[in-house]
Amino acid sequence: MIEIKNLYKSFGKQEVLRGVNLVIQEGQVTAIIGRSGGGKSVLLKHIVGLLKPDRGSIFIKGEDITKLKGNKLDQIRSQIGVVFQGGALFDSMTVYENVAFPLREKTKLDKNVIHEAVLKSLHDVGLDGMEYKYPAELSGGMRKRVALARALIGKPKIILFDEPTTGLDPILVRSIHKLIKNTQKQYGFTGLIISHEIPEIFEISDTVALLHEGTIIEVGTPQEIQESDNIIVKKFIKGIEQGGNNETGKS
Amino acid sequence: MKSIFRYLGINVLNLFVFLGKMFLFLTEIFYCLLIPPFRFKNLLRQIRFFGNKSMIVVVFTGAFSGMVLALQGFYALNKFGAEALLGPVVALSLIRELGPVLCALMVTGRAGSAITAEIGIMKITEQLDALTVMAVNPMKYVVVPNILAGVITFPLLTAIFDVIGIYGGYLVSVHALGLSEGTYFAQMELYVDMEDIRIGLYKALSFGLLVSWICTFMGYNAGYGARGVSKATTNAVVLSSVVILLWDYMLGAFLL
Repeated sequence: MIEIKNLYKSFGKQEVLRGVNLVIQEGQVTAIIGRSGGGKSVLLKHIVGLLKPDRGSIFIKGEDITKLKGNKLDQIRSQIGVVFQGGALFDSMTVYENVAFPLREKTKLDKNVIHEAVLKSLHDVGLDGMEYKYPAELSGGMRKRVALARALIGKPKIILFDEPTTGLDPILVRSIHKLIKNTQKQYGFTGLIISHEIPEIFEISDTVALLHEGTIIEVGTPQEIQESDNIIVKKFIKGIEQGGNNETGKS
Repeated sequence: MKSIFRYLGINVLNLFVFLGKMFLFLTEIFYCLLIPPFRFKNLLRQIRFFGNKSMIVVVFTGAFSGMVLALQGFYALNKFGAEALLGPVVALSLIRELGPVLCALMVTGRAGSAITAEIGIMKITEQLDALTVMAVNPMKYVVVPNILAGVITFPLLTAIFDVIGIYGGYLVSVHALGLSEGTYFAQMELYVDMEDIRIGLYKALSFGLLVSWICTFMGYNAGYGARGVSKATTNAVVLSSVVILLWDYMLGAFLL
């Protein structure tokens, strides 16, 4: 379980997070939706310790990760996989090397065991036979799949997805969402997805939270969110469906 | 008037912040150097990148520097009837001064700019963040191998630069200007001491640290987008080049 308590973060004079409170249940997929510049990616970076908050706490398995440093923070990180917005694949490495990287760096597993794990992970995301391609040779959707394979290979208990379908066509969006849902069932990880894909995101989430102007204003099941009386929630869902989207700043 | 002071004050403060960040960056590098795991594979790859791949540019620059030194030296020494000293003039100029400085400038342009751009791109495409979340320290994985490779390869490249330069000077002196081979080398043996070679190599070693430090720092702190990386790369090359010349003077004037 991940518990975010009263989280504040500012960049200069710009207040991005203004007291975020959220509980992410274990073994479920939670989606955080909200306008661009609302602080969703900033929140995700706090959960994995890439940013330190000005105030507030994030408890993962009872440990406040905002207070951790060095090896202790690394121990928590080893239980978390992250799929970055652009994939963040190492462009000088092949797909195989990218996926094998976490095991090569952080474990002492035998080469053959790593080989088997890489092939299985690539198979799970539907990328058989792509091992020796470089990221630059792959399409956007394939890169996201490789990023997911890299996140899955260490069998993390939590996977964070930072806008995993941004820039993809509607068919690929559905395909990546289906992949996330299937791998979540198979591996049983706790998933947190930052997304703009309304209404598609409702199909794969157990819980949806709306982040608006630095605070979580509504949390519920996808159905509860869609039927919410909250005007901001209604406007957001309707606005996105109509293609409207006003960016305000830092995402 | 007030705005001039304000402008100066902001710039001086920014300069101190920049220097402070650079110092902290160096402190972290030294800390990472002492803590295992040591990434020998990355170090060897960077030594190859700095050293082997800079070889052609170093050989060319060295050869022509030696040749032009011989030409100009002969012209000047001829006026005093001291052409016999051409060998030591070429060798001492190269070993003590031109070898370390020119070699450092050339390697900065070739390898220094490349590592700034590489690290800068890794930063803006979140590859450095990806390393961090995989519990791999990016300073250890990306920066430290470059620093060590710089410190190891600069003296070696400088030595190659010096030898090639002396040979270039020999070709011009002996085969073009008619100086006897014996004079060129015998006088060199007489006037060039181990101390001169030591000074040149110490300079190269310090340039290696400075260039790799500046270039990795600039890449690590690159701004966003293509413009951020290009600005970081330009700044890295300009700052490294200026620091090489300043540091060379300071070493020459105060220490060596």
